[in-house]
Amino acid sequence: MRCTRVLSAALLAVGLAAGTAAADSSPTPSPSGSGDAPTRAGTSFRTATEIEQGQRATASGSTGDYLYWSFPADAGERPTVKATVKLSDQHTAQTWQLDVYDGLRRRQSCQYGAQTRTAAAGTASVELACVLRTVRAWSEPWADDPLPGTYYVRLTAVGLQASDLGQPVNAEVRADSKHIGGPAAVDGSLAQPLVPGVAVKSAREDGDAADGSKKHAVLSSIEPDGGWSSHWWSDRWVWSGVGAVLAALAGIGGYTLTRGAGRPSRVPPGA
Amino acid sequence: MITRQRLAAGVCALLAALTAGIAFPAGAVADETDGQAAPKVELVLDVSGSMRARDIDGGTRMAAAKQAFNEVLDATPEEVQLGIRTLGANYRGNDRKEGCKDTARLYPVGPLNRTEAKTAVATLSPTGWTPIGPALLKAATDLEGGDGTRRIVLISDGEDTCQPLDPCEVAREIAAKGIGLTIDTLGLVPDAKTRDQLSCIADATGGTYTDVRHKEELSDKVGELVDRAADPVVTPVAVQGAADCAKAPEVKSGLYTDREEFGQQRWYRVDVRPGQELRASVSVADDRAVNPDYGVLLRAVTLHGREIVRGEAAGTGRTDVISTGLRYPKADSDDDDAPAETVCLQLTNSYSAAAGVKTTPGLPLELTVDVVDGPSKAHDVAAFGLGRGWWLLGLLVVIGFLAGLVWGWLSRWRVAIWRTN
Repeated sequence: MRCTRVLSAALLAVGLAAGTAAADSSPTPSPSGSGDAPTRAGTSFRTATEIEQGQRATASGSTGDYLYWSFPADAGERPTVKATVKLSDQHTAQTWQLDVYDGLRRRQSCQYGAQTRTAAAGTASVELACVLRTVRAWSEPWADDPLPGTYYVRLTAVGLQASDLGQPVNAEVRADSKHIGGPAAVDGSLAQPLVPGVAVKSAREDGDAADGSKKHAVLSSIEPDGGWSSHWWSDRWVWSGVGAVLAALAGIGGYTLTRGAGRPSRVPPGA
Repeated sequence: MITRQRLAAGVCALLAALTAGIAFPAGAVADETDGQAAPKVELVLDVSGSMRARDIDGGTRMAAAKQAFNEVLDATPEEVQLGIRTLGANYRGNDRKEGCKDTARLYPVGPLNRTEAKTAVATLSPTGWTPIGPALLKAATDLEGGDGTRRIVLISDGEDTCQPLDPCEVAREIAAKGIGLTIDTLGLVPDAKTRDQLSCIADATGGTYTDVRHKEELSDKVGELVDRAADPVVTPVAVQGAADCAKAPEVKSGLYTDREEFGQQRWYRVDVRPGQELRASVSVADDRAVNPDYGVLLRAVTLHGREIVRGEAAGTGRTDVISTGLRYPKADSDDDDAPAETVCLQLTNSYSAAAGVKTTPGLPLELTVDVVDGPSKAHDVAAFGLGRGWWLLGLLVVIGFLAGLVWGWLSRWRVAIWRTN
């Protein structure tokens, strides 16, 4: 009786672990209300338009513009940035490129996706994509692994005839991420996410608590929905815990095997 | 029963921990609007004779510009100080020297009186030359003063007729002088030469160039540019890097701007206390025609010249900036009074330009410095050294089982010994 209870508890724990694992591998649900998505893009790192993940940001610009957006990415996420550029009616061949930079303005490599594409003369639109590496909570300073913080997206035409300069184009950008979770849970963490200007911002917030509510422009006020994760939780806790329970059960099993069923036959009754 | 209650309590605790992990309290995001100096915008309109051409939606270029200005004046955000300057509006003669001085302030930069501004715009009629260079210089003077962002929107339909003063050079000089001044250009039904010149002006200041062929394109674009000026932006602090670390200026957390010529080195110093992390990122912009392969290198060096960490980037093709960054967490010290370490930042770029391209003023660069608390170090590859996966479970089960067996045999053996004795 007792044994079955323990067993069912263990099964429950295994189920929980499997459930967490399954939930982790599904993509983040898209937010339903993206009604106030930005309709403008910045023109430099400093003026980049902040977007949220799952938001479809649009912008109208001219061929030759450098369009910038920024979005937050937290540890354990693998961001994917997709962009569609609607080109003007008449144009010659143009090469468009999507670049992603991290909070330190270091260019981040794309694992997959057509980052650069050439649109033949007269093509109506060009689609670009970039799947980044998984964002880690910590890395050595000599590595350029993606870290939690601001990510900048730059969309521009890198190959262009002078006659195409200034033509109207419409761009659409969307950043989503797949939650990788446990497999990417590394030890260590940053004290502050890699958000530019974070030192100035936090110093001001400390100061503002004393001198009223004066507000200032900041380089990046970006933060994911629900804030930055605290980095201690991962499904590794469940796996390790379940492992411990299973080991204990197996130990009990092994022990009972050596004892045989019930009382040893050689023990006289009433001993 | 007790087991069940305990189990329920455990699950509750686990759930609570999970929720705490997910819903970590979000810090308040400040709404960045107040406390900013008023942004200033000057619209510079070409009123040269060619604006009479009837090729924008059947009307004259001038009519399109007037209509666009009226719409923009109606929609200008309250906080923006808007001014209007004309070029080629007054002098009708053929004397080039006189014609090239013809730029006038139609409406001064300041709080906007919509009626007055509109009346002033209505009086314009296409007249004279196209002195873009002098008009830009004057416009930059109009925008002087204040700490807000400054933007010039130049609307023209022809190239500058007042050579040898190259408006592109003028734009670069203006950008080098004033901080945060951007020139956006709009070409009205432009020919190839006009397009080249206007896009060169825009590139020199980090602005945008747009080709306009329809009325609504013009009002939409000008309106957007004026709105953009109202967006709060951090104004960088000008700093001048030195040629070596000993003379380098000390920088703290913040945003800085400087100029760096081709092949020049720039040095800055940052103090980092034990337990703090230095984050520096830099972008060098190409505001003139450069060769299509380029790079940038940022090194953090100790006072004795040992390299700590570097950030490097290289690129190819058309670009606005090339940027890189680095992180240097200084190890914590047991001694509370441990002195701060002076870290030298060395910046070099490998842009190159064809012969004949001016090398001064240098290329504009932007330096962001953040000194924050240091990271908590990783002691293992995995979070807290925890394990994960079926291999781990299998291993634990097998070892648990073997341990159980051994324990069982041991105790049987002990019982047997005890019985014999």
